[in-house]
Amino acid sequence: MLAESLALTAALFIIGVIGVLIHRNAIIIFMCVELMLTAVNLTFVAFSRFYGTAGQVFVVFVMTVSAAEAAVGLAIIIAIFRHRQTINLKDINLLKG
Amino acid sequence: MEPHYSLVYVFLFYLFGVIALASALTFVTRKSPVAAALWLVNTMFSLAALYVMLDAQFVGVMQVLVYAGAIMVVFLFVVMLLNLGHPSELAAARGTGWKLAAGLIGLALLSEIMVIARTKLPEQLIVPRDFNEQQLQKLNVVGMIAEPLFKDYLLAFELTSVLLLVAITGAVVLGRGRAAGAR
Repeated sequence: MLAESLALTAALFIIGVIGVLIHRNAIIIFMCVELMLTAVNLTFVAFSRFYGTAGQVFVVFVMTVSAAEAAVGLAIIIAIFRHRQTINLKDINLLKG
Repeated sequence: MEPHYSLVYVFLFYLFGVIALASALTFVTRKSPVAAALWLVNTMFSLAALYVMLDAQFVGVMQVLVYAGAIMVVFLFVVMLLNLGHPSELAAARGTGWKLAAGLIGLALLSEIMVIARTKLPEQLIVPRDFNEQQLQKLNVVGMIAEPLFKDYLLAFELTSVLLLVAITGAVVLGRGRAAGAR
């Protein structure tokens, strides 16, 4: 089942990448990043059958990081929304030259 | 190298894989954040089922609790808080050129990963075929994770607590707003 898991991981990760590229809603882009992180977790679990349980420990770490990232990222989105009344990335281009 | 799997196992594996893939595709094409979040939860659930089938029961439970439970609920809270539930207009999605470019980049990445997947695994790192089953018998579902987590990866585990503290502080400082600020 390793090959199937890796193929599924690749497909899910790329769906996440495409989502980040085509959407302009900051919240949906965040969800796409979460999808990419989850896809990577599937690789860790699939390989842990061959390389021992350390892979599953790394999944726990990835989950912690993604939870922290979601908390900080959503706080940033709320702060931006307070300033600009929008989360459409088309309207948030302060740093664009 | 891989053990033999029963037909039911293979069928269920493909079933959950197809559900995950279909939900992810539906998720990425939604314009409403709420619909997208719910389809993403569906993907997370089917991935949790795959984790259980791959002998990672604890990770599967964590997936349901942390991802499908906590993280997606936080996303929905923000959607509700900012009143963004209504679907965004067509202008919110990028133009055809961007979508085409995204599709091409996706295809390039997919072919790259398929090429990498054909390379051989380093043999000297491979554990015996029933290593995980033995660990499961010896240490139980939680112990299988806890033993390496609290022995080999103790430093990383402790550093994680610092990371979480920083994240909590950052979220509170950013979310506090101007009204309660220093002024």
